[in-house]
Amino acid sequence: MKITSLNKPLNKAILGLTALTIFISTPVWAETPEEKGFRIAARADRSDNGFGDSVSDMKMALKNAHGQETSRIMKNKILEIPDETLGDKSITVFTSPSDISGTALLSHAHILDPDNQWLYLPALKRVKRISSVNKSGPFVGSEFAFEDFTSLELGKYDYKFIREEPCGDMTCDVVERYPKYEHSGYTKQISWIDQAEFQARKIEFYDRRGDLLKTLSFSEYTKYEDYIWRAHKLHMQNAQTGKSTVLTYSNFQFKTGLDHNDFEKGVLTRVR
Amino acid sequence: MFAKTAFKCLTISFLALSSPSWAGESSISGFIGAETRIFTQNPKYSGQKNNPELSAIFSPEFRYNHGNNRLSFIPFYRHDSRDDVRSHFDLREAYWLHIANDWQILAGINKVFWGVTESRHLVDIINQTDLIEDIDGEDKLGQPMISLTQYKNWGQLDFHVLPGFRERSFAGTSGRFRGPLVIDTDNAQYESSQDEKHIDFAARWSHYFGEWDIGLSHFYGTSREPRFIINTAQTKLLPVYDIINQTGLDLQYTNEAWLWKFEAIARQGQGDTFTAATGGFEYTFYQVNDSAADIGILAEYHFDGRHHDAPAVPFDNDLFTGMRLSLNDIQDTALLAGVSVDPSSSEISYSVEAERRIGDNYTIELRARFFSGSDADEDGFALEQDDYIQLQFKRHF
Repeated sequence: MKITSLNKPLNKAILGLTALTIFISTPVWAETPEEKGFRIAARADRSDNGFGDSVSDMKMALKNAHGQETSRIMKNKILEIPDETLGDKSITVFTSPSDISGTALLSHAHILDPDNQWLYLPALKRVKRISSVNKSGPFVGSEFAFEDFTSLELGKYDYKFIREEPCGDMTCDVVERYPKYEHSGYTKQISWIDQAEFQARKIEFYDRRGDLLKTLSFSEYTKYEDYIWRAHKLHMQNAQTGKSTVLTYSNFQFKTGLDHNDFEKGVLTRVR
Repeated sequence: MFAKTAFKCLTISFLALSSPSWAGESSISGFIGAETRIFTQNPKYSGQKNNPELSAIFSPEFRYNHGNNRLSFIPFYRHDSRDDVRSHFDLREAYWLHIANDWQILAGINKVFWGVTESRHLVDIINQTDLIEDIDGEDKLGQPMISLTQYKNWGQLDFHVLPGFRERSFAGTSGRFRGPLVIDTDNAQYESSQDEKHIDFAARWSHYFGEWDIGLSHFYGTSREPRFIINTAQTKLLPVYDIINQTGLDLQYTNEAWLWKFEAIARQGQGDTFTAATGGFEYTFYQVNDSAADIGILAEYHFDGRHHDAPAVPFDNDLFTGMRLSLNDIQDTALLAGVSVDPSSSEISYSVEAERRIGDNYTIELRARFFSGSDADEDGFALEQDDYIQLQFKRHF
């Protein structure tokens, strides 16, 4: 080893010390709105870290502008991937309407690369790799877009803290987030995250023109395993068409012992 | 015969499992439907029925899950008003499945699909085609099997032992979609001295690497495709099932809105060894004109290098182009329209498939196919007067 290279760790240490001094001497309020926005979003995202895996039932009620309603019922399985540079894995299996019963969607989410997605068509017993470009398309005719389910990872957005304000009987941080992944139908989302439990209470979605497209309200939160908060009712109201979709979750189970083998494309033939 | 035996076994299994000590999860679903086919031209051959063809279809699905064990039982029955041959019963599924952490074993009757392309399923070989259901080759007969699947970090491995060969179904004297000579399915011939009792084997490795999905497969056993010989009285065609070895490759590259697809086989055992391939793409325009609708454009080219000793197929040198429209509405309205052209023989066929849900439990499906310039001597089928429109109405439960 050359002697000159010994200076490098020393230089690093000096740099580190300088940075530390600056950090300590800088008051917290000098945190930029972007840093604060990320910190709040990260605290919300990480509040359920360690949930392992989850299984739940979901009912989706679709209402058109005239108030006519139809519903879909599905089962969800999610495998938590602790590494934040990778995304979670999930399977959604339809049980209703009966003609698409057994149809299943497997997703391996990535942060900025396209997600890997496979669709299972039970009548043909065929597993099809599908394009994940279709972020902004409607999910089974609902007011939810594909990206509303598949783009939940912290790293998929840039953030900016806007203000804090009362939300119901709580106080919320209002944070804007801007999709970093390709093909999003949104220019921005504004989220209201409460300061007590760090959970999302409301999200507004703005379309490619910058107009308000829809508003998602979260309610009926329940705490599982002492720290995992889950909303049981998600109400998505389209501001432009008057249509709405209500998601109702039930039978949440956590740490059921699912592993990577339960999220391979081959198991789609037996998930029902 | 096998259907009856399997039916008995399954009935006994279900009865055994319905006792209280087995607290599992059972479900009944399925459909009942009515179908009519209207042929737009008079039949070409004497004995063939005219309009309209009316059918009733019934297929309940029984499933039972208990821990790591699953039972599935799916009978299928079609009753056709005119064609006795098209009236048929089949067990689509009747199996027991045991699931372990990184492997599973299945015994019974099941359907297994291999492949990626849309207009021809070249690699797919486990199940026999139920040709009297539809001539598109997408309907399959249930196949008895014992299957072992392993999930490893280097991919999925499937091994299938396939006892009990299923003969291909063909139209009878009164049926459409046939040539001048009726196919005598009661007198099928086999290369194997064990006839339809020859035990076939199949294996497949499949995996994905980023944007690539790959499958490599091999099949040894009775060819699902028969060739034909004329009987001594020169009145009928007899199907002949050879023993073949077939190696298959299926590949898909998924990039942005493009799906690039390729399938190829090499088959030995029917005259000289030959290869065949299908390749093409599907490109989708999402949310066309700011609506919810998607439009996909498909193109697939078929090459088939088989010789006269091998079963004739209509895919020797064909180009399929098509369009897929998905409205993504509450009724899941979808349409697929395509044209298949053989530049060397000027055979052209057109097809349209459209479907949508009505209410929560009903679906309606329209299929239409038109043929022009097909020549009968190529493959024993003369379809140029069998243009038809089919309407299917199903109640799902």
